[in-house]
Amino acid sequence: MTMTSETAIRSNASNLWGLANPTRFMGFANRAIPVLGIATMLLFAIGLYLSFTAPEDYQQGYTVLIMFIHVPAAWLAMMTYSVMSISALGSIVWRHPLADVSLRTAAPLGAVFTFLALATGSLWGKPMWGTWWEWDARMTSVLILFIIYLGIIALSKAFDEPSEAAQPLAIMTLVGVPLLPIIKFSVDWWNTLHQPASVSRFDRPAMGPEFLYPLLIMALAYMALFFTLHFMSMRNEVLARRIRAMKMKQARRK
Amino acid sequence: MLALLKREIRIAWRAGGGALTGVLFFLAVVTVFPFAVGPDTKLLSHLAPAILWIGALLASLLGLDRMFAQEREDGSLDMLVMQGHPLMLVFFMKAFAHWLMSGLPLVLATPLFGIMLNLSPLGIGATMITLLAGTPAISFIGAAGASVAVKLPRGGMLISVLVLPLVIPVLVFGIAAITGALTDPAPFTTPFLFLCAITLFTSVLGPLAASVMLRHSAD
Repeated sequence: MTMTSETAIRSNASNLWGLANPTRFMGFANRAIPVLGIATMLLFAIGLYLSFTAPEDYQQGYTVLIMFIHVPAAWLAMMTYSVMSISALGSIVWRHPLADVSLRTAAPLGAVFTFLALATGSLWGKPMWGTWWEWDARMTSVLILFIIYLGIIALSKAFDEPSEAAQPLAIMTLVGVPLLPIIKFSVDWWNTLHQPASVSRFDRPAMGPEFLYPLLIMALAYMALFFTLHFMSMRNEVLARRIRAMKMKQARRK
Repeated sequence: MLALLKREIRIAWRAGGGALTGVLFFLAVVTVFPFAVGPDTKLLSHLAPAILWIGALLASLLGLDRMFAQEREDGSLDMLVMQGHPLMLVFFMKAFAHWLMSGLPLVLATPLFGIMLNLSPLGIGATMITLLAGTPAISFIGAAGASVAVKLPRGGMLISVLVLPLVIPVLVFGIAAITGALTDPAPFTTPFLFLCAITLFTSVLGPLAASVMLRHSAD
């Protein structure tokens, strides 16, 4: 079977496989980024408006507004790691360069979301709990997630040849996966300062709708922001690799 | 497999192999602590399990970058990859040898250092048992970390950065078990069993990750 017919079969098999082709991905990204960007701005506009017009909490006063930044950032910190682990699987099992690109470019975004969650949590904790930082299970496990993100970023920069970093990055990412359920359930397993989950419960959320809707819209806005930035930086990475390949070719020709 | 274990041990005992350096480093860390927190014996005996655990943790991290780097340089890593045995078993043996040469001496040296830090006999016993159960996990996770950074010329620091966050659960349950042994209401068995579970879990996960990593790294 020739190379071209094989790729044709693959791309016809399903859309997802088609996107695995870098050129197709670039076309998709070029179309998706403006749409996602506009969606992000709209969602943030609605979400921020609803957040600021949300009523004061009877206990927390206006500090409850921090929640609309803090909680989605924490969710995204974990979602980004999930995206990275799925990419890591793709990178190990199919050795696909695009999966590696996705993993590598998601790491800085995840680190920023994690930092945002930690920083806003700290700002929220000072008026509510009277302390900037407490070594409670939820905070500590998120801090560990932050360190893992930084470690993965450091590892991705440590290799001279970017393609050599693919396997180590994927393995390191997968080794860190058990942390995700630990973070999720840390508030249930250890009875500590951080309050337990009040949105994703089986019966009904423990939160009033006047807080729930802005929170969910902010979460959607964060997700749209993540995918916009992720596609943008994946596109940059693919372009950077092409430039690198061209430079190598040129250097060889001389 | 036994031949591999013997070979690893011989290399570690050879001059410059680093088996005794780990214990020396452990001693140095333990000695530095009283200078930092003051020679108050009450405070020291309270902190002793933590000091011993952190010392053991750092000393175990010390030799990690050498676990595969030398083999890769002289080509024997390729030999290990190409011979018939299951690769995971080979790396399990390598990690186990690393523990025998870095973790076990620390466990054996614990009573001496425990006395220096004014730790009670019960505390010494608890620290020894938890270190015995917990330090293998550091070696197994470290094998994954070392395999990841094997191609890096200056991977030593990076391995520590990558491995440290992953071994925090080991530290948490180790210290929890010691606290359980020394103070009454807290249980000893539960965190200790968790510690053993982590070690068993990583004894599979670490060599598996290392074998996936190094299988295709032959060049």
